[in-house]
Amino acid sequence: MLIKRKRAWDLPQKEVTEYQVYKNRRQFLNTVLTLGVASALPRVGLAKPVDELEVYQDLQSSPFSTDEKKTPFESVTTYNNFYEFGTAKEAPSLYATEFPDESKPWRVKIDGECDKPGVYEYDDLIKPFTLEERIYRMRCVEGWSMVIPWVGFPLGDLLKRAQPNSKAKFVEFTTLYDPEQMPGQRRAVLEWPYVEGLRIDEAMHPLTILSVGLYGKELLGQNGAPIRLVVPWKYGFKSIKSIVRIRFVEDMPQSAWMKANLSEYGFYSNVNPNVDHPRWSQRKERRIGEFLKRETLMFNGYGDEVAELYTGMDLKRHY
Amino acid sequence: MVTKLLSSIQAWTSNAITNSRTGDSWIGITHLKVVLFLICLYPLAAMVWGLFTGQLGANPIEAVTRNSGLWGLRFLLITLCITPLRWLTGINQLIRFRRMLGLFAFFYATVHMLLYLGLDQFFDWSEIWHDIIKRPFITVGFINFVALLPLAFTSTNKMMKRLGGRRWKQLHKLSYFVAMAACVHYLMLVKADIRQPVIYIVILAILLGARLINNYRQRRSSLISN
Repeated sequence: MLIKRKRAWDLPQKEVTEYQVYKNRRQFLNTVLTLGVASALPRVGLAKPVDELEVYQDLQSSPFSTDEKKTPFESVTTYNNFYEFGTAKEAPSLYATEFPDESKPWRVKIDGECDKPGVYEYDDLIKPFTLEERIYRMRCVEGWSMVIPWVGFPLGDLLKRAQPNSKAKFVEFTTLYDPEQMPGQRRAVLEWPYVEGLRIDEAMHPLTILSVGLYGKELLGQNGAPIRLVVPWKYGFKSIKSIVRIRFVEDMPQSAWMKANLSEYGFYSNVNPNVDHPRWSQRKERRIGEFLKRETLMFNGYGDEVAELYTGMDLKRHY
Repeated sequence: MVTKLLSSIQAWTSNAITNSRTGDSWIGITHLKVVLFLICLYPLAAMVWGLFTGQLGANPIEAVTRNSGLWGLRFLLITLCITPLRWLTGINQLIRFRRMLGLFAFFYATVHMLLYLGLDQFFDWSEIWHDIIKRPFITVGFINFVALLPLAFTSTNKMMKRLGGRRWKQLHKLSYFVAMAACVHYLMLVKADIRQPVIYIVILAILLGARLINNYRQRRSSLISN
C-alpha cells in the first residue's frame, strides 16, 4: 500500500504558480528593469510570439536572391518605419502586436483601368501563386539598410490576371485606413491612408514582389502584414505595407510622401548615391548590425536588372 | 495676486531650505553638488549600459547619437530653468548648481558631436566639411557646438573674474541662442513628426518668456520709483 506522506515542502496544487503567470511575472520584471535602466533610451519592442506564426513550407528559391549576410530577425521585426503605428522605430513592434485583427477579414480591391477588377479575400488573392523566397537588400531613405529574406510572389503575375487596359500607365497602392487598429493614424503625421505608386513597367518587373512573409514565416504586423509590396531598388518607403487596394491609373499617383514633402521625396525614389536627400547625403549607408558604413550602390545594386527602365531619363530631375 | 502667490511660495521654500540670513543651508551645498553630479551622469551610464547589454535596438549607434544630443538639449533647458526657479522660489542658492548643469549640457553636446564625427563620418574631414556646408541642420548643429565653446571656456571662477561680471553675463546670454539653435537643429532633422521638437520649443519659449516678463516688470517698477 502506498502511503503518501505530506512533507513540509509539498505545496497543494492550487498554490503552485502557473507557468504562464510565472513567465508573465518574469516578463513584467524584465520590462520594469529595462524601463528603469533605460528610461533615458528608446524602448525596444517585444514582437508577437514567433512560434505562433504560420510557417511556409517548400519555398522556391530565386536567382534574384543575394547571398549577403541576412539581418537578424530580431532587428527586422523591431526596427521599422511604419508611421501608422507611430513614428519611433520601435513603435510598430510595440503597437502592432495584435495587427491585423483576425476577426476582420482582409480584403484587397483591384480596380481602375483593367478588364477584370474585383475584391478578393486574402486567401483567394494569394492562392494561385507559388511562394518564393527572395533575399533582397533594403535601403531606407534615412541611410540604413538590411538584408531581408522575403516570402512572396511577383506582383506582375497578379496584375496580369486583372488584365490592365491600355490606359493603365501606373499602379496605385493603398494601405488600410483604420485608426482603431492603427493608432498612428489618429494624428495627421502624413495624409492617411498611405498611398504609393509605381509606373506599370516597374510594377511588372520580375524583381517587384508582393510579400506575405519573411524568414519563412508569415509577416508580423510591424512588417506590413498580411500583404505588402517590396521594390528592392527603391528606397524602403516605396514598399507600401498592409495593402487593401491596387488600382490601375492613367496619371501618376501622388504618394503620401510626395504630398508631405515633394522636394524631398519624389515619385521614383530610386536608390541613388549621386542624388542626395536635401537634408543628408545618400552616398553611404549603415547596414544594420555593422559598425562601419558602406557605399550605397546605384539602384541598391540592382542596376543590371532595372537600369534599362530609366534609359534616357535624367535621374537627378526624376528623383 | 500673482505677486502675493510668488512671495508666499518664496517664504515657504526659503524657510524650508535656508536657515540663516547668511544663506547656509542645512544640507551642505557640496553634498548636494555631489549628488547632482551623479544624477547628471545617469543618462551616460544608461547609454553605456544599453550598449553593452544590447538594449539599444537594432541601430545602437543612431540611438546613442540621438540620445546624447537630446540630453545636451535637455541640460541646456534645465540650466535655463535655474533663474526663473530662483524668482519663483526665492532660493538663490540654486545658482550654485547652474555651472555644473551648463557644463553637463556642454558635455553631452560634445559626446553628440564626437559620435557624429567618429561613428557617422569616421573622421573623414572632407566629407564632414561638405556636410557642414551643404546640410543646414548639420550647419546649425556645428554652429551650436562652436557657440558652446566660449561658454564652457569662461565657466571657471578665474575667467569670470577676468572678464568681469557684466561682460561675463553679456557673453553668457549666448546660451539663449544656443538653446534656440538646438531646438531648430532638432526640428530640422525630423522627417514628418514634429511633436517631440515642438515640446522642447514650447518649454524654451516659456523659459525665455519668463525672462522677458521679468525684464518688463523690472523696467516698469524702476520707472515708477523714479
